[in-house]
Amino acid sequence: MSLSDQDHDLVTAELGREPTPAEAALFENLWSEHCAYRSSRPLLSAFESEGEDVVVGPGDDAAVVALPDGDTYITLGIESHNHPSYVDPFDGAATGVGGIVRDTLSMGAYPIALADSLYFGDFDREHSRYLFEGVVEGISHYGNCIGVPTVTGSVAFHDDYEGNPLVNVSCIGLIDDPDRLVTAEAQEPGSKLVLVGNATGRDGLGGASFASEDLAEDAETEDRPAVQVGDPYTEKLLIEANEALIDEGLIESARDLGAAGLGGATSELVAKGSLGAHIELERVHQREPNMNALEILLAESQERMAYEVKPDNVDRVAEIADRYDLGCSVIGEVTEGNYVCEFDGETVVDAPAEFLGDGAPFNDLDSVEPSQPERDLPETDLADAFEAVVGSPNTASKRWVYRQYDHEVQVRTATPPGDDAAILAIREARAERSSADGSSSAEQSSADHSSGQSPREDGESRETGTGLAYSAGADPNWTDTAPYDGARAVALENATNVAAKGATPLTAVNCLNGGNPEKPDVYGGFKGIVDGLADMCAELDVPVVGGNVSLYNDSNAGPIPPTPTLALVGTKDGYDAPPAALSGEGELLVVNDRALASDTAPGLGGSEYLAQHGGSDGFPTLPDDRAAFVETLADVADHEATRAVHDASHGGLAVTLAEMVSESAGADVAIEGDASEAELLFHEQPGRVVIETADADAVAAAFEGVAPVERVGAADDSGTLSLSVGDTALDYDASEISDLRSVIERELE
Amino acid sequence: MTVSVVQFGGSNCDRDAVQALAEIGVDAELVWHEDGLPEDTSGVVFPGGFSYGDYLRAGAMAARSPIVDEVRDAAEDGTPVLGVCNGAQIGSESGLTPGAFTTNRSARFQCEHVHLRVENADTPWTAAYEEGEVVELPIAHGEGRFEVTDERLDELERADRVLFRYCDAEGEVTEDANPNGSKHNVAGVLGERDSVAVLMPHPERAALPDIGPTDGQGVLEGFAE
Repeated sequence: MSLSDQDHDLVTAELGREPTPAEAALFENLWSEHCAYRSSRPLLSAFESEGEDVVVGPGDDAAVVALPDGDTYITLGIESHNHPSYVDPFDGAATGVGGIVRDTLSMGAYPIALADSLYFGDFDREHSRYLFEGVVEGISHYGNCIGVPTVTGSVAFHDDYEGNPLVNVSCIGLIDDPDRLVTAEAQEPGSKLVLVGNATGRDGLGGASFASEDLAEDAETEDRPAVQVGDPYTEKLLIEANEALIDEGLIESARDLGAAGLGGATSELVAKGSLGAHIELERVHQREPNMNALEILLAESQERMAYEVKPDNVDRVAEIADRYDLGCSVIGEVTEGNYVCEFDGETVVDAPAEFLGDGAPFNDLDSVEPSQPERDLPETDLADAFEAVVGSPNTASKRWVYRQYDHEVQVRTATPPGDDAAILAIREARAERSSADGSSSAEQSSADHSSGQSPREDGESRETGTGLAYSAGADPNWTDTAPYDGARAVALENATNVAAKGATPLTAVNCLNGGNPEKPDVYGGFKGIVDGLADMCAELDVPVVGGNVSLYNDSNAGPIPPTPTLALVGTKDGYDAPPAALSGEGELLVVNDRALASDTAPGLGGSEYLAQHGGSDGFPTLPDDRAAFVETLADVADHEATRAVHDASHGGLAVTLAEMVSESAGADVAIEGDASEAELLFHEQPGRVVIETADADAVAAAFEGVAPVERVGAADDSGTLSLSVGDTALDYDASEISDLRSVIERELE
Repeated sequence: MTVSVVQFGGSNCDRDAVQALAEIGVDAELVWHEDGLPEDTSGVVFPGGFSYGDYLRAGAMAARSPIVDEVRDAAEDGTPVLGVCNGAQIGSESGLTPGAFTTNRSARFQCEHVHLRVENADTPWTAAYEEGEVVELPIAHGEGRFEVTDERLDELERADRVLFRYCDAEGEVTEDANPNGSKHNVAGVLGERDSVAVLMPHPERAALPDIGPTDGQGVLEGFAE
C-alpha cells in the first residue's frame, strides 16, 4: 500500500513540492483509514457525546468523565487490535492491552480496570481455538504483569470471524484530583518534547496502514513484521513513572505512541494545540543500529510516551525516567511553525501539523440498507434445544477465560467476572447521598490514588464510596440479523447489565468493527450499527464519549458481521450488588418480556437457538419505555428484599435461568404465553431481567406503568431447575447444567 | 514503627498490601528497592507481582538485589518478613524460605478463590486462627506449585513449618482441592524462624470488608504489635 494518487496530488499541492519519502510514508499512515477514519467519520456525528459529567469528550487519547461526587474523574477508552491478533494472537492481543493502558496514562490517570471483548470463528474449528487460546494468553500475560485487573468482557464465536477475529480492549483509569488531568493538546511554544520508555526498533513498521487493508490469505507470514512485540515489565515501569511525573506536575501534555509511532504521536500532539514542532530524529534512543529517518519516525515499538515538558523540568523528568530504568530522550521542541523533522542535519519532514492530522478527505461511499430476514423456523425437540443452547460456547461459562486474568489486583473488585457487570470500589469518590452538605469529597486524600480508604476514626459507615459498574460486549448474531436493531439491543443490554447490579448508566465508549466499507452492503450494515448504537445511547441518556473504528475486517472468508462493541460504565452508592445466582428463598419474576406479557410473537432472529438449529427470523421488537425501565431496574436491584437479579439476553430465558441455579439453590418456573414454546424459552429480546425477591408486590409496584412483571415461580433449595414451558416439562439439576456450561473448559483443558 | 512493603520494578500488589495493613491498624509504607530498607523498619513485605517481569525465573532477579541482603539481616534479628505470591517466589529464590515455586500443573495462570487448612496455628501469621480451621483466600499465579525434595519436605513437616495446605471446603486435603499441583498441597511455609513466612495465596486481597470476606486479615496480624 502506498499513498494514493489523489492523496499524493493533495499533499503536493499543499506543500508546493513533491513530498519526501519520509513525508509520503507519514501521510500514508496518518491518512489511513485506521488513523483518519476516512470512511467512518461522516457517520460518527450520530453520537451524542456531550453531557454534564463529560470533562473531555472524543478526540483525545481517552475520554474523561466526572463521577457523581464531581471531584473524581474516570477515563474511558477502547481500542481494537484485530489484524495483529490474527497474525500473531499472543503478541497482537498483548500489545492491544498495552496501547489502551497508555491512552489512559496520557490523561494523567492510573489504570484500574480492563475489559476484553473477543470474537472468533466457529469454536469447533482448530484455527479458532488456536487464536482464542493465544489471544487469551496474550491478554493474561500482559494485563496480569502490569497489575491492572481484567474484570469483565465478552467472548463470541461466529463463522464469519474465521478469517478475521476481533480483539477489542477497553480500560478505565482513575484521576482522583482534577489538577492531575492532562490532555494531548500541546500548550506552549518553547516546551521540550521528551520521549520516555522503550528504545525504538524496527518493529511494527507500517502498522496503521496494515490495519487499513483486508487481510491477505498469507497474512500470517507476510505481515508478521507489522505486528509489535510487547514488554509488560516496561509498561508497568512506565505506569509508575507516569504517576510520579504527574505527582510532581512535570507534564504539560502527553500522548502515547501507537499507530504511526513517533510521527503520529508528536504531530497529533502539536496539531491539537494548533502548534508545530522541531524534532531531531537522531536524538531518539534506539535499539538497533543504522535506523533511517523513516524507520525512527514510523516504528511502532511499544511502551513509549511523548511528553511536552517545560525546559526547567526536563532534568527532573530524566531523573524519574532513570529511577524506573526507562530510556529518555529530549527529541525537540514545540514551535509555532510547521511540523519539522530533521535527521543528521537534513530536513526530512516539513509540513503543517494540522494538515497531517486533519487533511485527509473523507470517503463518500455507497451503502445498501440491509434487509430483514424472512421467517423460516426449524422443528426441534425442546429438551434437545435446551441442551444445545445452554451448552453452546457462546452462552457457556467463560470461567476458562477469566480465570486466566488477574481480576482482583488493586483490591477494588467487589463483583468479579461471571456476573452481568463487574463492580469496582472507588473509595476515593464519596457517594452522592452520603454527603449531607455536598462537600465531603474535600476530606478525601488526593495525594495517592490508592490511599482513598475513608479514615476509620470518622465513625461513618465504611461503604461511603462510589461503586463503578462495568459491562462490555456485543452479540454478532444480533447485528448480523439486523444491524440497526441489533446495535440498539447491544446498547440496551449493556445498560441493563449495569442496572441489574443497581447502577445507573453514566457513559460509554464504542468500538465499531466492520468489513470492507467499499462494498455497499457492508457499508450499509456498518451504517446500521452506528445509528443503532447512537440512537439507543441517546435514548438512555448515555453520552458516547469516545471510540475506535476498525474497518477492512474482511478476508477471503468474507466480511465479519458488523460488530458494535460497547463498553458502558454506571455508578451506584457503595459496592454491594445483588448476585446473578439465586439465594433459593425468593419468588421469581420476569420483568419486561413481551412474549410473556402479551400475545406478541417476539421473533427468534439473532438467537443462539437459530444459530444452533438453522433457520431465520426477524429480530425481536424492543420493549417500550426503555429509559424508564433501566432507571427503575437500578432502583429495584438495590431493594432490601431483592435476592438476585440477572439480565436475560443471550440464549433467552433458558440460559438466564440455568445460570442462576447452583448446587444450593434451584427454581420451579412456569413460562406461559401465546408464542411457541421455543420462542418463549429462547427469544433474545433485550431489556429484560429475572428477579428473585422476597417482596414481589414491591417490584410490581415499582415497575407499574414502566414494564410488565410476570410472576413465574419460586426459588428453592433443590439445586434443580424445574421448568414448564407451555405443555413441556424440563428438569435439570445443577451438575447437569454445570456440565453443559463448562464446554469451553472441557474442550480446551 | 512502620512495615516496609518492598517495591521492585514489576511489583503490583504493593499498594494493596499497604491498604490491607492499614485496615487492621498496621502502619506500612512503600519502599523502592534501590532506596534500601529504612532503619526503623518493624517488618517487611515482599508483595506480589512480576518483579523484573519474571525474567529468568519468577523472583530470581529480585532475590539477588541488594535490599534482599538487608532484609535477610533484619530477619536474623527477628524482624517479621512475609512474602506473598511473587514475594513467596522471592523468599524461596533468596533462600529465606525452603523449597521452590514453579509452573502450575495446568501450565496456565489461575485467578480464583481456594480453601486452605491452617496446619500450625502457633506462629505470628496464624495465631488468629485455630489449627485445622479452613479459610478462604484468593490465588493469582502461574507459578505457584510448591516443589521440594521428599527428605526436605519430611523435615519441614516434622518441624511443623507448613503453615497452610490447599483443601476442600470441609478441610479435606485432596488432590482435587490442589489448584496447582503443589507437593503435599503446601500453600505456605515458614523460614528458619517462625517470624519469616511465605505463601502463594493473597491475604491482602481478603482483608477489606467493603469488597468481600476478610479471612486474610489473620495472616497480616503477624505484623501487629
